Amino acid sequence: LIKKNNTCVCANLFRSKPSQRHQASPDLNKIKLIKRHELEIDELRPLYMDFQATTPMDPRVLDAMLPYQVNYYGNPHSKTHAFGWESESAMETARRQVADLIGADPREIIFTSGATESNNMAIKGVARFYKTKKRHVITTQTEHKCVLDSCRILASEGFSITYLPVQANGIVDLELLEASIRPDTSLLSVMTINNEIGVKQPMKEIGQICRSKGVFLHTDAAQAVGKIPINVTDMKVDLMSISGHKIYGPKGVGALYVRRRPRVRLEPLQSGGGQERGLRSGTVPTPLAVGLGAACSIAQQEMEYDHQRVSMLANRLVQKITSELPDVIMNGDAEQRYAGCVNLSFAYVEGESLLMALKDVALSSGSACTSASLEPSYVLRAIGTDEDLAHSSIRFGIGRFTTEAEVDYTAEKCITQVSRLREMSPLWEMVQEGIDLKSIKWTQH
Amino acid sequence: MAAAVRSQVISLYRMMLTESKKFPSYNYRTYALRRVRDAFRANGALEDPRAVERLVVEGQQTLALIKRQVRHTHLNDLIWVTGDGRQREMGRINKYNYFAKNDDD
Repeated sequence: LIKKNNTCVCANLFRSKPSQRHQASPDLNKIKLIKRHELEIDELRPLYMDFQATTPMDPRVLDAMLPYQVNYYGNPHSKTHAFGWESESAMETARRQVADLIGADPREIIFTSGATESNNMAIKGVARFYKTKKRHVITTQTEHKCVLDSCRILASEGFSITYLPVQANGIVDLELLEASIRPDTSLLSVMTINNEIGVKQPMKEIGQICRSKGVFLHTDAAQAVGKIPINVTDMKVDLMSISGHKIYGPKGVGALYVRRRPRVRLEPLQSGGGQERGLRSGTVPTPLAVGLGAACSIAQQEMEYDHQRVSMLANRLVQKITSELPDVIMNGDAEQRYAGCVNLSFAYVEGESLLMALKDVALSSGSACTSASLEPSYVLRAIGTDEDLAHSSIRFGIGRFTTEAEVDYTAEKCITQVSRLREMSPLWEMVQEGIDLKSIKWTQH
Repeated sequence: MAAAVRSQVISLYRMMLTESKKFPSYNYRTYALRRVRDAFRANGALEDPRAVERLVVEGQQTLALIKRQVRHTHLNDLIWVTGDGRQREMGRINKYNYFAKNDDD
């Protein structure tokens, strides 16, 4: 019997259930039934290469959170007893840790339930607060779904929204951005690092433009915080969304940075007892907030080490794949990017079938929130990839816990599977013969 | 570095590596081993005794953390009842002894 022994990477492969055993005595049958159940629990699981969807919690974060889950369970807003005081002091420590990571003041951090809530609060809150004078909001076409959906709701309330196109490398055109700012623009929302293609936007320049025109700048920094150095003063950012589970923290918590000087006013989405400066009422979940704070302080310590390692691993992956396979395109700008998010399009191969072939590696094509639909990702469409290339894109996510062995295995598996799928593909045959696929007139049946 | 401190650091390093090898999760285990090794290598040239002492204290706290987390992540193992009614804890007793001979895997 192969014991679950995790010392080699092949032990992480998905393994199918053991076949039917021959008939034996009833006692033995019962034991074997239990063993099969145990094996099902003990099943070898795929390698995790999807760090943009979510990240495993760092053991140090879990260690920081556990006392607050078990022993120090007070409500941080209880002012009258020790349970409340110790919980509040932990929450304030966490707030300071989050603020230190982005160069803010602790009073400017609001704990929320995640980056989606932070995005909703920022966009709807700012737009609605200034709605008497300012009715225009600008965003880009490659934003996260929650930003685009919030803008859609605002449009139904009578705001006018501009969705800026991006260039073929995924970066917004600064002149176009400046030209679309009107006198009645209240908010501009651009995400710092895109979660699908990993492209880094020129936040300093955008901040400069917004500050000069008197427009508030909101950025969804969920993928960027803790991975690249961020300073809200340098970037001239007024609102920033932070997500806990993207930086090796717990799921279900995030933060919103709201600048105090010059003051940004928001209309709160969630009304109640006035917690979190009145902007987000509700009990702050102390263990989650402590986890977010710990994750932020660990990210600050480990940023350089992780950055070097992730860049090295990403280069290794891309070099291995592109040296063996022709017709592989990296989506998004090659320089202005975060190394850990690699989005590759394999021509003449269907993305879903490649994902199924790579079933012992956990990957995704498109972001987690759009993976349910059959349409190709809107981000890839916005950067102008052809329909067929958009369908064959895979996103490799590399993070703090990825090992060289995992990257090598993924690269080799990818190469063999893509070659195998291409062998089966008639389009590939035609390309090998030198036929230009664009010139073919496909007949209707 | 003084000899006593040096031996203390080396024993701390060895203990941290031994504890890190006990993580059940592949990713945590490899990360802990790698990070401990790289951190000790990076700080290997330090001479200031106060800085060294501070790092040693931090190392001891991290060692305690690793021990706790190894125990916590092992808690996901289930306790199940075998056919003869005895309770066995996964991963502790060599439960495959009975099956090893009869099994054709």
